[in-house]
Amino acid sequence: MTQAFPFSAIVGQEEMKRAMVLTAVDPTIGGVLVFGDRGTGKSTAVRALAALLPPIRVVSGCAYNSDDPRACPDPDSVTDTEIVERPTPVVDLPLGVTEDRVVGALDIERALTQGEKRFEPGLLARAHRGYLYIDEVNLLEDHIVDLLLDVAVSGENVVEREGLSIRHPAKFVLVGSGNPEEGELRPQLLDRFGLSVEVLSPSDIDSRIEVIRRRDQYETDQKRFLKRWSKEDAKLRNEILAARARLGKVKAESFILEECARLCIALGSDGLRGELTLLRAARALAAFESKLSVEREHLKTIAASALRHRLRRDPLDDAGSTVRVQRVVDEVLV
Amino acid sequence: MSRSPSVWGQAELALRLLSVDPTGLGGIWLRSRTGVARDRFIAALGPGLAPRKMVRLHPSVSDDQLFGGLDLAATLNAGTTVKQNGLLAEDNSFLVLTMAERAEVTLAARLSQNLDLGQHSLIALDEGVEDEALHPAIAQRLAFHLDFSGLTHRDIGNLAIRSDQIEAAKGRLVAVRIRADLIKEITLLAIRLGIHDLRAPIFALRAARAHAALEGRKALIEKDVVIATSLVFGPRAFLDPIEPLPPRAEEDCNLDAEATENKEQALKPPEDLLLEAMVATLPENLLDQLKSRAKARKAGTSSGSGERRKGNRRGRPKPSMRGQLGGANRLDLVATLRAAAPWQAIRRSAKYALDRKVHIRSTDIRLKKFEDRSDRLLIFVVDASGSAALARLAEAKGAVELLLAEAYARRDHVALIAFRGESADILLPPTRSLVQTKRRLAGLPGGGGTPLAAGLEAAMELAQLNRTKGLTPTIALLTDGRANIALNGDCSRIEAASDATAMARRIRDHQTPAIVIDTGMRQQTSLQNLAQDLDAVYLPLPRADAHKVSQAIETTLG
Repeated sequence: MTQAFPFSAIVGQEEMKRAMVLTAVDPTIGGVLVFGDRGTGKSTAVRALAALLPPIRVVSGCAYNSDDPRACPDPDSVTDTEIVERPTPVVDLPLGVTEDRVVGALDIERALTQGEKRFEPGLLARAHRGYLYIDEVNLLEDHIVDLLLDVAVSGENVVEREGLSIRHPAKFVLVGSGNPEEGELRPQLLDRFGLSVEVLSPSDIDSRIEVIRRRDQYETDQKRFLKRWSKEDAKLRNEILAARARLGKVKAESFILEECARLCIALGSDGLRGELTLLRAARALAAFESKLSVEREHLKTIAASALRHRLRRDPLDDAGSTVRVQRVVDEVLV
Repeated sequence: MSRSPSVWGQAELALRLLSVDPTGLGGIWLRSRTGVARDRFIAALGPGLAPRKMVRLHPSVSDDQLFGGLDLAATLNAGTTVKQNGLLAEDNSFLVLTMAERAEVTLAARLSQNLDLGQHSLIALDEGVEDEALHPAIAQRLAFHLDFSGLTHRDIGNLAIRSDQIEAAKGRLVAVRIRADLIKEITLLAIRLGIHDLRAPIFALRAARAHAALEGRKALIEKDVVIATSLVFGPRAFLDPIEPLPPRAEEDCNLDAEATENKEQALKPPEDLLLEAMVATLPENLLDQLKSRAKARKAGTSSGSGERRKGNRRGRPKPSMRGQLGGANRLDLVATLRAAAPWQAIRRSAKYALDRKVHIRSTDIRLKKFEDRSDRLLIFVVDASGSAALARLAEAKGAVELLLAEAYARRDHVALIAFRGESADILLPPTRSLVQTKRRLAGLPGGGGTPLAAGLEAAMELAQLNRTKGLTPTIALLTDGRANIALNGDCSRIEAASDATAMARRIRDHQTPAIVIDTGMRQQTSLQNLAQDLDAVYLPLPRADAHKVSQAIETTLG
């Protein structure tokens, strides 16, 4: 098994990296949507993030990633109550996955052979306390996306089927990626992602060369390459941990709240999700930058990621929502 | 292999390089009909990639087969759990995907995920003709793209891969030193050839490394780079379907020396030597292909990747229902077994049918249900003739754009047909991608005659084709109605008009709803008649107010 490409070794793509780090700081921001061309390192970044994050402590025999044997939703199934450290789960959700696989279903194997009615947890249980990654999220069947977003927002998976009735916590950060050329995501779904970023192939030659050089080093001498970057990754990990600890102490003055609201009104984004996410993301950013209060700069930095997918869509506006958000940000946050 | 390296020579080289670095290079995409060349190539795969074992996949391979799982049939038979091993489970194998053009997006996603993990290499055997092709998600993860079409018996030699050479090269692979400037040149070359995907230069570098290792060198030299880039970049130079359409139509037919030179000047590359060397090694017909593809793209036959996807169209599966088999009902086997499963222990103790392993009663039967809702397809037939262009092509475009926005909001599919000169072209097959539609529309030039009948014919064919796929087509015709080219290409107003009328009646016979938008300077009676023949709504394009059109269409079509 090869080890993932180090997160800090990814060249450029600052916005994508920042969005992912912020969800690591505050998972309640609610997911990242990465839209962009092929071969721009979308999947690389997600897989790298898993390796970057600190391990979680789980009950070794629990299929639901519980941190306490008493908290396991299906106590009978726990085979071993020892607490072990495991890397933060990053679960890949393949296209064409069935609902059964996602939410879990009756364990057919047991049912057939032992006549026992037992719930077999699905991918949502495995992703608890970690990340759920969907490549080509725009091609996923709509009803699966609905289901995922519902669970992602409520943090709980409720299964009522085949006479089974089970609910288990499923708190995860949803990361979706896709290429808008191949079909768009429904507008209702866009809004449910916390942050969205647009990635492009790096346009300057030097960074393209750097990408290829690093990839080559990684592929030919992995050990040395990982060693070289492990320090950077460790530094970033510590920063994330420190930011998590600081997060509760970061204050947002009332003028910041007002500006969040003004921004969202000026952009005409529906609902209050925009404001909430903007504030959360700005707070996480402040914590990550070792500040104890949210500044206007933080709002400015994060506004595009937090709001660009919430605009009333003018799907033919080629200028793109990034430009529109930027325009409004410049107007409102003088 | 006398002049430029033949396709066969390239195939041989690709295979040798892949043998040296099977996982790093991803694999080979081979476009070829069945035949001697393909057979011989496949035969060489096994020995070439040894000790990896060949695992054959077919496009409809199921998840259970791929990843392993419960063998339901065997489990029922034996009464104990029988697992089957997945095809991807074995580490030391290479995958051969037959009929790769038929692989659905779901399989493509699984295979690309697997390729990303770097455990397997994949040989995709693509028998597709014309538009059919391997899903781009897989294609971009395979270093080598080969095309055996046009390969005759004479071109084929023996494919002998010497395993001792390969083994030796494998050992040298990691140690090959690479000068920084060569990396730079590979990157620049990719940019100049319009290849944006960063995987391509990465593959080129790996291929160059493998080539150096194969030749026993400790450091990479220009020759390795030239050979590797011509193999990797050559086919990709015209592969990229997302390449934006050039602003003017004349430009893309001469992709030869002149155009390349212009591009080069704009980019100011430090040296052109490499590019020249590479172009020199490209097979001669490649440039022809490049031209023909460019033309094809201009004509708009290039396929949007959205077109074949069925994902959203299958109808949403509803929970299975209790019911009786028979008629058109389909048994949901798994749900049935699930329903029966909890009772097995009790039923086993029943007095009868003791020899049965599984006890299923009729009350357990579950039926499959789908919520089948066919999608709407809006076919725009846009008149791009000289007269229309003079009149109000720009306004028509504006109206189409507004309609597109509506279509987007309702998740309709859209297709775009333009007619001008002597024929009609499908600029965009049915898709949901607005970005593409808009680009195609913006790049639509005006001029030439008005082959109205041809436009209607193309619309009808597209409508029929997509009706069979479960879409509900609607035709929106935007024209100024002065048909002057008949179906057979003759320039005769009378014949053109009668052809258009005949075609309109045929569309009506198929009961395809339609709307006719008159984009002429003043209202045309001939168009009103045509609308009657079509049983369509006639709507003169209101002056400079595209919004009204869109509203009108909305209300007419519901």
